[in-house]
Amino acid sequence: MATAAAPIATEPLVVERHRGFWQRWYRTPSFVAGLVIIGIMVTMAALAPVIAPYNPNHQDLTQLLQGPSSKHWLGTDNLGRDVWSRMLYAARVDLQVAFLAVCFPFIIGTVLGCISGFYGGWADVGVMRFVDVVVAFPFYVLIIAMVFVLGPGTRNIYIAITLVGWVSYARILRGEILVAKRQEYVLAARGAGFSDARIVMRHLLPNVITQAIVFAMSDIVLDLLAIVTLGYLGLGIQPPTADWGTMIADGEQFLTTHWQLSTFPGVAVVIVGLGLSLLGDGLADLLRPE
Amino acid sequence: MSEPLLEVRDLSVDIVLSRGTIHAVDGVSFALEAGAAMGLVGESGCGKSMTLRGILGLLPRTGRITGGQVLFEGKDLVKGGQRGLREVRGGGISIIFQEPMTALNPVMRVGDQIAEGPRHHLGWSRSQSRARALELMRMVGIPDPERRMRAYPHELSGGLRQRVMIAIALSSEPKLILCDEPTTALDVTIQDQILKLLLGLRRDLGVAIVFVTHDLAVIAQTCETLAVMYAGRVVETGRVEQMFREPHHPYTLGLLRSVPDFDAVRDSLEAIPGMPPDLASTFSACRFAPRCQFAQDDCLAGEVDLHEIDGGRTVACLHDDACAAAASADPVIARV
Repeated sequence: MATAAAPIATEPLVVERHRGFWQRWYRTPSFVAGLVIIGIMVTMAALAPVIAPYNPNHQDLTQLLQGPSSKHWLGTDNLGRDVWSRMLYAARVDLQVAFLAVCFPFIIGTVLGCISGFYGGWADVGVMRFVDVVVAFPFYVLIIAMVFVLGPGTRNIYIAITLVGWVSYARILRGEILVAKRQEYVLAARGAGFSDARIVMRHLLPNVITQAIVFAMSDIVLDLLAIVTLGYLGLGIQPPTADWGTMIADGEQFLTTHWQLSTFPGVAVVIVGLGLSLLGDGLADLLRPE
Repeated sequence: MSEPLLEVRDLSVDIVLSRGTIHAVDGVSFALEAGAAMGLVGESGCGKSMTLRGILGLLPRTGRITGGQVLFEGKDLVKGGQRGLREVRGGGISIIFQEPMTALNPVMRVGDQIAEGPRHHLGWSRSQSRARALELMRMVGIPDPERRMRAYPHELSGGLRQRVMIAIALSSEPKLILCDEPTTALDVTIQDQILKLLLGLRRDLGVAIVFVTHDLAVIAQTCETLAVMYAGRVVETGRVEQMFREPHHPYTLGLLRSVPDFDAVRDSLEAIPGMPPDLASTFSACRFAPRCQFAQDDCLAGEVDLHEIDGGRTVACLHDDACAAAASADPVIARV
């Protein structure tokens, strides 16, 4: 085809060179701090079999309720198990369950939120009334009730968190899509003859998913706390598998004499929560649209 | 004459607002030959954009086509529903919007946005589509296209963005491009470049163009035929040079007289007195009569429909001869 236009010379060619994610992430303090904290936690959890000095379930009945020492860094519990080793193995379980538990509600909530926001009408009414019902119950009450009915165990924790957690994502996505679909580029995409599915997936979702990702970071904290709480209540990960929640619960009866049994798992939960919050904050800064 | 590429017959569009139903487009008709360029002018809110959107079925949520036909290559797009529309969107007809910043997806590289059409509509492979995008970017005069392909819309200037929009509009090889005020958001030097580009593309590719604008200078540069809209209706159609030389509708005359001009210095610009009517109301008289200097009692008797006059023109005015005479006595052609 013939060339129709001579190149232009009078305009500035590039208005502003946008600095992308990869040029900026290391200059966002909260993101880096969160990344370091979570990085260390995940690494330690992954390397637990290498780092842990003892088998987490090995009971040494000659060494009950020892204080911290060079042999047992964080002491031993009432069955003579090494607390440090148990904490490392607990991190494996708790982090894995928390990270996985966030994925299912993320996906389900995103899909339903998109449908509800994009199509409106009856689809919207249907999904949102469902959301209202779930939201009407306090988070923990619903989770605990569901796990109680389904029975303890990892699989049922996933199910309970998914059934309760998707509503937040659906709400976020619906709101974002409602705003974004009024933009002219959506009209332009429709004018270009693309299907609804394509418009949602290729044009709308990349513009609105940021909020859901940022929320997912704080949602992991929430899920971690839920898992720990369930463990504390005896509904979570079942003994003898180590889990921070059960460790806190088991240590409770010795709190006045052996504070370290409950305190160290509690501190671990706080540190992971802090790390994820920082990571979420940093991500929100980094991914915020111009 | 052969069968027109696009024929709009008696198109009506209603928009439901909280304060009532607006008859935004009320029985608009026009036709366009393949490869032709037509202008659609009128002041803000006269229904010209809604006419354009109605053609492609891109009305706002509360908007609805209440009557008429849109025939594209003989097929009625109104009756065809969403299926028929999707077939014609992009492939047969594409659309360019006024504001290139908001009409481009902010988080998609412009190369991908241009390549999406060929890939999706023409079923091309990824590399073919990319090559096509590169070719199109070169064709619309984007310098250094290999690098610009990877840019996001906010990294480009307004003129470049509009060129990207044009490249997207061309990407699926349409026969007709609808331009909704394509140059309004740009400054005049860039505006001139974009118009020249569109004209060049029309000449080289034989694509027909409908220009919606309120800028008569744009029409003078680009179009052969013109339809003037007022309050949701077409009030005059014809060839551009005839209509500029001898407008038969007082509104067309008013529009022409309100264009500032450097060649023929006048004491002051003549504005059209009054305001356009509320389109939510019903009309029982000529819609322009309250603002019209030629209006007489018979103008209030009922709505005035288009009738044919010499030279294949149509006009919706009972006293069009008086208007034409006034226009000849004080020509406006020098001003545009």
